[in-house]
Amino acid sequence: MSADAVDTAGWQRLSPRMLLIHPVNELIRLAPALLGLFIAGIGSGQGVIFAAGGAALAVALGLTRWFTTTYWIGPDQIQLRSGLLKRELRSVSRDRVRTVDVTANLMHRILGVAKVDIGTGRNDRGRDGSLALNGLEAGDAAALRATLLHRAAAAQPAPAVASEPGAPTTWPPPAPPAEPEDELARLDPRWIRYGPFTLSGLVTIGVVAAVIARIVSEAHIDPEDYGPFREGVRTVTDMPLGVTILIAVVVVLALVALLSTIGYVLAYWDFRLTRHPGGTLHVVRGLLTTRATSIEERRLHGVTVTRPFLLRLVGAARCSAIATGLRGARGGSLLLPPAPVAQADRVAAAVLADPAPATAALRRHGPRARQRRYTRALAGAALAPILGAVAWLALDWSALVALIALVALPVGALLAADRYRALGHAVVDDHLVTRAGSIVQRRSALATGGVIGITIRRSFFQRRVGLATLEATTAAGVQHYAVRDVEHGQALDVAEQVAPGLVSAFAVPSRRGLADPLPELRHP
Amino acid sequence: MDLRPPSERVSPRAKRYWALRAAAGWIVVVALELVLGLTAWPWLGDALPVVLPVTVVAALAHVIVMPRWRFHVHRWESTDTAVYTQSGWFDQERRIAPLSRIQTVDTERGPLEQIFALATVTVTTASAAGPLKIHGLDADVAQELVDRLTKVAAAARDDAT
Repeated sequence: MSADAVDTAGWQRLSPRMLLIHPVNELIRLAPALLGLFIAGIGSGQGVIFAAGGAALAVALGLTRWFTTTYWIGPDQIQLRSGLLKRELRSVSRDRVRTVDVTANLMHRILGVAKVDIGTGRNDRGRDGSLALNGLEAGDAAALRATLLHRAAAAQPAPAVASEPGAPTTWPPPAPPAEPEDELARLDPRWIRYGPFTLSGLVTIGVVAAVIARIVSEAHIDPEDYGPFREGVRTVTDMPLGVTILIAVVVVLALVALLSTIGYVLAYWDFRLTRHPGGTLHVVRGLLTTRATSIEERRLHGVTVTRPFLLRLVGAARCSAIATGLRGARGGSLLLPPAPVAQADRVAAAVLADPAPATAALRRHGPRARQRRYTRALAGAALAPILGAVAWLALDWSALVALIALVALPVGALLAADRYRALGHAVVDDHLVTRAGSIVQRRSALATGGVIGITIRRSFFQRRVGLATLEATTAAGVQHYAVRDVEHGQALDVAEQVAPGLVSAFAVPSRRGLADPLPELRHP
Repeated sequence: MDLRPPSERVSPRAKRYWALRAAAGWIVVVALELVLGLTAWPWLGDALPVVLPVTVVAALAHVIVMPRWRFHVHRWESTDTAVYTQSGWFDQERRIAPLSRIQTVDTERGPLEQIFALATVTVTTASAAGPLKIHGLDADVAQELVDRLTKVAAAARDDAT
C-alpha cells in the first residue's frame, strides 16, 4: 500500500471511453454463459431475470476493469497496474522497447480510442517483456508510439520526451513535431483483384462450415425439416452426377474467391508503408480494425518476396521483412500485401535501400540439381499409381483408379521442372540472395551481417553427385536460408562470401582443382 | 577450395552406445510385430514367417553398420575463433559457428550415455536453426570443452544476434 501512496502522482487511468467498451466486451465474452443462464432459467419461468442478472454482473466486471487499471510512463519505465482481486504490476524499461503496435477495432474507432501494445521483441513467447494499454485516446496512442519508438531508436534527439524526463505527470506530452516520413508503398485499389488468389477465404469457409455443423448437431436441428433447403438439395442431387459436382465446385470456388477478396480488403485497406528518419519502418493497414506496426531497421536483416502458385499465375507477389524478434505468424513482418511483382521488387529494393539484391540475376544450380528435382518429384509421384496397382491386384479395386493415378507422373514432372527453374542464388552487395520453391516460391535477400553460422548438408545421394546444400543460419526470419543442391566447392565459395573467414579457417586446397563447370545464366 | 573434416574424433565407446540404442529400438519393433501378429492382426500373423526374418536382417545390418559409419563421420574441432562439427552417417552435415556468436553451452547425459561415461555437448547461437551438437564425447573431454567455450563466450559477450 505504501508503494501506492508514494507514486500515485504519476499514475493515470486509461481513456474513460473504455467504460463503454469494456462492458460490451465482457457481454460478448460471457454471451455463451448468459445464454446458458437464460435456458436454465426457462424451466422456472425466470430465464429473463437470470440472464439480466448475469448481464449486470458482466457489465460491472467490465466497469471495474477501468477503475482498477492505471499506468505510469516514467523517464525509464512504463508500468501497468491491473486486476481487482489479483493485483498485477507489469513494467517495461523504456530503452528496451522495440515494438509499439497500435490496434483499433471497430468499437475502438467509433469511440476514438486505440490499444497500444508495447513489446521488447526479446521474448516473443513469454509474458514478460510486453504490456498492453487498452486503450488510450487515438491521438495520445499515436503520440505515445512516436515518442517511445524514436526515443528507443536514439538515432537522433528524441523530440518529445527527452526534454522532460522528470515530469512524467504531464500527459499527453506535446506531440512530436511531424517529421518527414518517406512513403515506400501505398495500397492501390486495383490490387484487390489479387484477393481471390490469396485463398485466405478457404480458412473462413472451413471455420464457418465447422461452426454451422456444430450448431446443427448440438441443437438437434435437422436441415431436412426446412422446405426450401430440402427442395434445393433435391433439385441439385436429382441432376446428373457430373452436373452436381460441377455446381458444387463452382459454388465453393465462388465463395472462396468472394471471401478471400473480402479478407484482402478488411486486412489491407489503406495500407501504407513508410520509413521514419528515426530508423523505423511503419506499416498501417485495415478497413474495420486498423493496425499500425513498426519494425526497427537495425533489427531488419533482409526481405523476402513470396509468390504462391496462384499469385504467380496472375503476376503478383507479396513482400515481408526478415527481422529478429518477430516471426511471421502474427503478421508483424508484412511489408507489402499481394501486389504486382514489379511493386514487390520495388518495395524490397526500397526497404533494403539498394536495388541490387532485390533484382540481381541469380546463378542457376546446374544439371545435377535439375536431375535431383526430377528424381525426387517422380519417385514421389510414382507412389500413387503403384498404390493404385496394388489396390487393383490385392484389394480388387477398379483398375481405373491406378490408370487415373498415372496422371501424377506428368504433374510430378511439371513440378520438378518448375522447382528447378526457381532454384537460384547470388551474393550481391553483402546480401545472400536465394530463391526456391514451386507451390510457394520465395526469393530472400539476407544481409550477410545477420549470418551467425554455416551449415553444409550432404545426403548420401548428394555426395555421390558432388552436390551440397548450404544453409546460412540467422536469428532473423525463418532462422536459416538455404542454397540447395549446388556444387560442393561452390557452396564453400558462397559460405566464404557470406561469412568471411569462417569456412576458410578449415579449408584445404581443392583436390580436383577444377574450375567451376556451372555456367552463369540469367533467369527468365 | 575444399573443407577438411574437423580434427577430433568422438569417444570410441560411442560406437557401443549407438549400437545399444539402435538395438533397443529394434527390439521394440520385433516385440510389436510378435504381439500384434499373434493377437490383433491375423494378417500380420500369417506374414510373420517372412516379416520377422526381414526385420531381424535389417536390424542386424543397422546395428552393425550404423555405429561404425557414424564413428567414422562424427568429428569436432574448437579453435580460437570457431566451433566446427561433423555428424550423421547416411546423410551428413557440417556446422560452423563463430565463438563470438555462442550464447549457451550445455552438456547432457542420458541414462545410457552415463553407462558409457559419454556426454552430448550442445552449443547454441541466437538462431533457432543453428545449435551444434557433439554426440558421444567422453564425459571428461566434454566438461573441458564446455568450460573452455563458456569462458570464451562470456569474454565475447555481446547479444550475439
